[in-house]
Amino acid sequence: MAENKNTEDFQTRSMTRQKAIKDFSIKYAIYLVFLALVVAISIKAPAFLSLQNLRNILSMSATRIIIAMGIGGILITGGTDLSAGRQVGLAAVVSASLLQFMSYPRRMYPNIPELPIWIPILIAILACALLGLLNGMIVAYLKVPPFIATLGMMVAAYGVTSIYFDRPPYGAQPIGGLRKDLTTLGSGYVGFDGTYSIPYIVIIALVVAAIVWVIHNKTRFGKNIYAIGGNPDAAKVSGVPVQKSLLAVYTIAGALYGLAGTLEAARTGGATNNYGNGYELDAIAACVVGGVSTSGGIGTVPGMVIGVLIFSIISYGLTFINMNPYWQQIIKGAIIIAAVAVDIRKYLAKR
Amino acid sequence: MSDVEYVLEMNHISKSFPGVKALDDVSIKVRPGSVHALMGENGAGKSTLMKCLFGIYVPDEGEVQFDGKPVKFATSRQALDAGISMIHQELLPVPFRPVMENLWLGRIPVKRYGPFKFVDNKKMLEETKTLFAQLGMDIDPKIWVRNLSVSKIQSLEIAKAVSNNSRVIIMDEPTSSLTSNEVEQLFRIINELKKKGVAIIYISHKMEEILQISDEVTIMRDGRQVGTYAAKDLTMATIISKMVGRDLTHRFPPRSNTPGDVILKVSDLTSAETKSFRDVSFDLHRGEILGIGGLVGAKRTELVESIFGLRPIESGSIELNGKAVVISSPESAITKRMALLTEERRATGIVPMLSVLENTILASLPRYIRRSGLIDEKRCSIDVDKSIDQLRVKTPSSKTRIKDLSGGNQQKVLFARWLLTEPEILILDEPTRGIDVGAKYEIYTIIADLAAKGKSIIMISSEMPELIGMSDRIMVMCDGRLTGILDGKTADQETIMRLATQFM
Repeated sequence: MAENKNTEDFQTRSMTRQKAIKDFSIKYAIYLVFLALVVAISIKAPAFLSLQNLRNILSMSATRIIIAMGIGGILITGGTDLSAGRQVGLAAVVSASLLQFMSYPRRMYPNIPELPIWIPILIAILACALLGLLNGMIVAYLKVPPFIATLGMMVAAYGVTSIYFDRPPYGAQPIGGLRKDLTTLGSGYVGFDGTYSIPYIVIIALVVAAIVWVIHNKTRFGKNIYAIGGNPDAAKVSGVPVQKSLLAVYTIAGALYGLAGTLEAARTGGATNNYGNGYELDAIAACVVGGVSTSGGIGTVPGMVIGVLIFSIISYGLTFINMNPYWQQIIKGAIIIAAVAVDIRKYLAKR
Repeated sequence: MSDVEYVLEMNHISKSFPGVKALDDVSIKVRPGSVHALMGENGAGKSTLMKCLFGIYVPDEGEVQFDGKPVKFATSRQALDAGISMIHQELLPVPFRPVMENLWLGRIPVKRYGPFKFVDNKKMLEETKTLFAQLGMDIDPKIWVRNLSVSKIQSLEIAKAVSNNSRVIIMDEPTSSLTSNEVEQLFRIINELKKKGVAIIYISHKMEEILQISDEVTIMRDGRQVGTYAAKDLTMATIISKMVGRDLTHRFPPRSNTPGDVILKVSDLTSAETKSFRDVSFDLHRGEILGIGGLVGAKRTELVESIFGLRPIESGSIELNGKAVVISSPESAITKRMALLTEERRATGIVPMLSVLENTILASLPRYIRRSGLIDEKRCSIDVDKSIDQLRVKTPSSKTRIKDLSGGNQQKVLFARWLLTEPEILILDEPTRGIDVGAKYEIYTIIADLAAKGKSIIMISSEMPELIGMSDRIMVMCDGRLTGILDGKTADQETIMRLATQFM
């Protein structure tokens, strides 16, 4: 009898252990995928694990992190934003057009004096914040589903950017000749030399992520957006200002796209009206891989950052081991679906 | 707080809907620090009365006084701000957030740092702990609400009401999904609230609970107030006699069906879900109407949905025409010529944006596919028009969207849908819920005709007159168990009520 009981005990214990391992792997699935990727790439090409590569991956991720911070907040409210990429394009064109150096022969505004750098950046950010506010108003007051509202904004914003871009005296052509102070912002760094240094844009992205983390976790507004996404009716009857919160989320997101667009122009040394095209889908993919639920109420800032990094590592690492870029696309697609399929197990109803 | 005798008075409330007088001169007066129970059958007017209080309905006559002053709430938010909370049967938490954030949602404490205001997690945690301690609740403030049991979520809602300084808390069927231990816990909390001077309006069917917890009891029947009594003067028998007892003539059509041999035999069926039905055995005869009675939470819906293959079964067997069968999905139930009209017409019945025609052919579409692979629209519309005629569905045309029909006509379309599949066994879950009185009679006529044509019918109903008026036999369930099978001709409401409350 006693022996019998021991076996049973052992069985239940091993079962609970199995369950614990399963729970653990589900809970940290994203991180395990991340780790597996790094390990696989490093085995194929040990040189991958270098500070230089880390630095490259981080600078590649910087603007994407900023965009993901904006779109992530919207996803948490249960919304989405398809206009993010086009807003990035608008900001890139606006800030580049106002920050060409004085002697550049094809300045968009030949007659304006050299502005302090922060003014054009602020204008770009405000322009996008305005579009974000408009998105928010359409969603919160006109009750247009976010997918449709921002789809419309995506199409219209491209029009706005193109009109601005395609103007006399030189017509539609890439905006070049950016001022040194702007390009330094995009490609400069703190530290000794190329390897032992941190690019400015990485620092900016991390500061933005830290601020957004504080907003999401330490402010009433942050708690409210989780409640709005988690159960809109509960939020409403509890007196959460649902409409105002939505306005704020979309406006903040717009401002972040504005910053990201400016940094894209700074990083690449130019801008066209096609900048940012498709970035919103990359950002949404990164967020969901990072554990954000597209049905709202769930998601963390560290998760979003990891999501962006996973995609950068895939692009950079797989190119590093000379993988065919078309194969990379297939792997990216598979990871989006697999990550969400695993992650959603955390939340599925237990029957 | 002022020293009024009654914290809440609803005086001479009347409310009519087209064709129905839902409330007729109902008055209740609630003393601070007391539990006032509201009893009555489904449809007696309890929820309508509460909806009048919360401004969801505007009463035709009567007035509400709160704290000695007349009030008129336009929204439930206004009532909440004034100090009246309601704990709904369906709870409203934000699942993937911590308990304490749910508790303080809408008024999360913040602390000022220069120009910024940050959430004061420490204060929130402390206030949550203090509140839970005061109410004797044992809930971890930091875990996801999703991980709480139903009873804990309910406690959380009560704590929320208390933290809102509510002076009247309405609890609608608060124990319907609680275990007996959890009910004890709830009663302890209610007693704590009474000590604080909070008044509770307690809506329930469960007589023993009501006798145990309440100070006063108002009994309602058919929108009228039978009376308000001190709980200590009542017994279960007196409550039953006051709740039931009404004229049953001419509410039901005559029936001409004759039950034949056994078509369905269910033996010792036990659900694979926790806290569901167990060891249920019964027979269904050809051409018989078998009623299933019981209170909300008796697991009647779970039973029929398991028979239909929608829910998993742990043990027991089902025999159809004398042969053992395994029904693992609704598809296999349909091919075995069974049909289920679900309880939630809106959620699991109609497809609102589709037409009457499309809704009708939904379950038998494969039969209308021509060899070319396209739908034979002509044959569809001939058959649908025939059904519309037979069941007397009132609709402008078969192309009308079903959402534009009345509840009764929607239900008739659902009957038409399932009749097109030519079932032998029809399972009807609360077939007349939310349907006005006139349309009910037509639904009863359809049911009686089907039985007369030899179809076998299982009908769940929470309305006892309906059970007695329509069934050949009535099986009664309580708490997941079968407590008795009665002959429809001799059954009376008192016996059914006793069986339905046997384990309470």
